[in-house]
Amino acid sequence: MQVTTKLTPFFENLNFERADNTMVINFGPQHPSAHGQLRLVLELDGEQVVKALPDIGYLHRGVEKMAENMTYNEFLPTTDRLDYIASTSNNYAYALSVERLLGIEAPRRAQVIRTMLLELNRIMSHLFFLATHALDVGAMSIFLYTFREREYAMDLMESYCGARLTHAAVRIGGVPLDLPTGWLEDLEKFLNNMPENIKLYEDLLTENRIWKMRLENVGVVSAEDALSWGCTGPMLRGSGIKYDIRKEEPYELYGELDFDIPVSDRCDSYGRYRLYMEEMKQSVKILHQLIPMHEESEPQLMAHAPKYISAPKEEIMTQNYALMQHFVLVTQGMRPPKGEVYVPTESPKGELGFYIKSEGEPYAYRLKCRAPSFFHTGLLQKMLVGSYLADVVTIIGSTNIVFGEVDR
Amino acid sequence: MRKYTPKDSRQKKSYYTDRFWVAPRVPREDVGEDGHFADVVKTLKKYISEGYVELGQLVLHIKPKDNLAVLELLRDKCGYAMCSELSAVDYLAQSGEFEIFYQMLNLDLAKRARVVCRIKQNESIESIVPLFKMANFAEREMFDMFGIYVNNHPYLKRIIMPDDWSGHPLLKTYPLQGDEAASWYEVDKIFGKENRDVIGPENRDPAKVDRYDTQRFSRVGYEVPFGADISEGEEPNEIEYSKTAFVNYQKKSKQLKKKR
Repeated sequence: MQVTTKLTPFFENLNFERADNTMVINFGPQHPSAHGQLRLVLELDGEQVVKALPDIGYLHRGVEKMAENMTYNEFLPTTDRLDYIASTSNNYAYALSVERLLGIEAPRRAQVIRTMLLELNRIMSHLFFLATHALDVGAMSIFLYTFREREYAMDLMESYCGARLTHAAVRIGGVPLDLPTGWLEDLEKFLNNMPENIKLYEDLLTENRIWKMRLENVGVVSAEDALSWGCTGPMLRGSGIKYDIRKEEPYELYGELDFDIPVSDRCDSYGRYRLYMEEMKQSVKILHQLIPMHEESEPQLMAHAPKYISAPKEEIMTQNYALMQHFVLVTQGMRPPKGEVYVPTESPKGELGFYIKSEGEPYAYRLKCRAPSFFHTGLLQKMLVGSYLADVVTIIGSTNIVFGEVDR
Repeated sequence: MRKYTPKDSRQKKSYYTDRFWVAPRVPREDVGEDGHFADVVKTLKKYISEGYVELGQLVLHIKPKDNLAVLELLRDKCGYAMCSELSAVDYLAQSGEFEIFYQMLNLDLAKRARVVCRIKQNESIESIVPLFKMANFAEREMFDMFGIYVNNHPYLKRIIMPDDWSGHPLLKTYPLQGDEAASWYEVDKIFGKENRDVIGPENRDPAKVDRYDTQRFSRVGYEVPFGADISEGEEPNEIEYSKTAFVNYQKKSKQLKKKR
């Protein structure tokens, strides 16, 4: 152990005095490529990682504890802060699990809008992934291009719900607002530009010699490992297992939509990168199909369930009973039936599910957020072993972890 | 007399309760005679004390000592290749037990099952890391949040809270703003234990407003000197505005009226 004085400070990053001559280095939590707040303790033999210990919890806000102390509607905006790159997917996953618990279904137009927002969020999240991943690997310009497109997508979100990052765009039982006029035209413009832009990214990266050298055979996850470590989303499909919750356990309108699930059996970072690009194209395809559906649907936005969900504003302002219900729901909160529910949804990062245990009170008895990134962070201790220090950042980038949902 | 606070649950209680209201229950369906879930129940018959379908997912109640055997059968015989989540629910106040659930996924048939078992407060449970590596993190989190010891876990250590934290945050007895140890944790870390008297406990309620605190809270329209003691009341003072090149806000001039 070092003796520290002001003249010989303690270098907490390095610990050389070990019998087996491996070096222990501390990566993060302030490292620019640590995706926020990841601390990794790496044991190195030369340049090779012998042991990796991810240390998390630097962004812990006690979201699950807060859920036990908030009514169901109060908690919804808090879910924004989980995966803050694609907030609506969290809002939606939470709203859907409460809806399943209540046994209600959102009306058709709300479903169309929700699916649109989910896919738009998926594109935003994938663009963000590509930007940060490429930046970590060392490709600067791609970051500027993807953030340009992400900005347009965030403008669309902003004109729908007023927020760019923490959307809270979904409510339990539907959506609060219809799409503003001209929104669909803007969306169409955005979508029409997307294939060209995706081609631009692919031209920059896919056959790029440096990109391939940095990504190919780096961060290999076998199919068995992916299953055992609880990998979902692109991490699972990147290992050759074709499982997408949108397709296998359809929710919302995904059952009616025509889209493909890209799979890669390369098992490495490059395969996952190709997968993300392909998924973006599929999201564009889904959004194109959703645009005409909006017009065909009835204008109702919130489900009709007076016990749980306030009536529309016109009814509240004109009818006594609706006002009474509204008052009770706002002051006391809804009381779902006793029971437990776990609803998985396919968020851009993987399987995002909320386990809710209700005891018939306005506060959830227990809420567990199954965050995909949490398990992908756990996988790092397997994935990093044997790789080189220079690839560590690539591998972290490739897992696409967001610390809002790792620490919760 | 001080207000009575229940000691077994420090969570928020509903203010209004109707004593004649009985909460309905989400319908539980029978597993049935055939179908995938019936086969699962048949395979695990020996271990199951209760099995039903709730909201499309199979729920199996087992004894805690059987958890490894049941999950292994589920994985190898019934095709539940992935454990997507595991955690606990605190029922200490009701029955002195924790309910532990394992959320399983069958990828081939897209079916989900939940294996539930209950352990007493001071009991521990066997780790499922030999079967599912995801439990490495998930069981650590369960230990951190509830203080449930997991036997034969490779690295059972706090994961989210700091290593030297006291208390387990998701217990019902743990208040939302943290207990007393929590309010001294950072004070001790930064200033040292000997300075507790000087610094005082950390305020862990972000919504707390102290109307007599003139250092941390602004008093718009009722400004007092920084740090002034106003607990005995304050002198009324006129609001003073600064003078600009064009308008003198000090006097109620015609200029100002014109501007309005």
